[in-house]
Amino acid sequence: MNELLLGLADDELIIGWRDSEWTGIAPMLEEDVAFSSIAQNEIGHARAVYELLTDDADALALDREPAEYRCAPLVELRLLDWAHAIARRWLYEQADEIRIAALREHGDAEIAGLAAKINREEAYHRMHAEMWHERLRDEPRFRDAVAELWPYALGVLPQEQRAELAVRTGLAEVDAVERGTHTDDLAQLWDEMTMVRRSQPAGTQW
Amino acid sequence: MVTAEQVWAALDEIADPEIPVISLVDLGVIRSVDVHDGHVEVEFTPTFLGCPALEAMKKAMEEKVTGLGAEPEVRVISDDSWSTDRITAAGRAKLLAAGFAPPAPREASAPQLVQLQSKAFRCPYCGSTETTLENIFGPTPCRSLRYCESCRQPFEQFKTI
Repeated sequence: MNELLLGLADDELIIGWRDSEWTGIAPMLEEDVAFSSIAQNEIGHARAVYELLTDDADALALDREPAEYRCAPLVELRLLDWAHAIARRWLYEQADEIRIAALREHGDAEIAGLAAKINREEAYHRMHAEMWHERLRDEPRFRDAVAELWPYALGVLPQEQRAELAVRTGLAEVDAVERGTHTDDLAQLWDEMTMVRRSQPAGTQW
Repeated sequence: MVTAEQVWAALDEIADPEIPVISLVDLGVIRSVDVHDGHVEVEFTPTFLGCPALEAMKKAMEEKVTGLGAEPEVRVISDDSWSTDRITAAGRAKLLAAGFAPPAPREASAPQLVQLQSKAFRCPYCGSTETTLENIFGPTPCRSLRYCESCRQPFEQFKTI
């Protein structure tokens, strides 16, 4: 299994799940729509990447134990505060753009082609993040949220791509919260995310 | 024996599940049709990877091919070969008539926020470019929401992909 792609797909699945938690309760109706749409895209990306790795994307997405997921701790965090939710979206999209750009140069045409497709969709997520970043960048509440999540954001990328993230965000590199460890928040998310799957009788068709 | 022309005509009868005014052929998501020995291979590219209508469209295409008495094989191609530039001229006219502003042409680099905030987008009702971005996102992933300052109508803008 390609660890890099599995990590990417798991990140997209889990952040999609977290983004979807704003559906219906975002502070503005426009953001209910935006977060729902972004979540739908991210989970679609996860599915497409899982399909590169396996014939049964649902099984790979939902039949593993929490410890087997390869997502970065950034995406697992349950963030119920708007400044934190936006700080994560902004940091995540910055990091995601760097790794997707690298995958577009991949030697495997199927991987490079999918990365190009994903990038076209992510452009709209980046606009959304940029718009909010412009609005909130000087607010102490937002700056604190960015500072708190920054070590987690570094953990989204492999070591060699972190310097570029630091340049883009204007933040100094610090010790990252690394992929491979999990927060307690993942167990709660996993329990909810896989509940229907675990309770269905074998052979259920949707 | 079924011909490729018959298959294209049959696929043109399938309405987009989310924007039923245009067909899958108008939308440009059918990349190729290959007919050999009663087998029909259709290559299909999703608009957005998270499109919930993907399975419904695949099933509809299979049924159309089966209806022609042939064995269908629909392959989903998840690369960058579909863009909104593939929406046909007829498709664009149908979108416009239904109040959806057709997508702007794709450029080499991905679109930027300043472009969406610019006055380059035309109202499908009155033709004015005095339109403002209301929301990058809309009722489906492929649409944004805009507002026309001239005729005071909100409208949906097809995103450029």
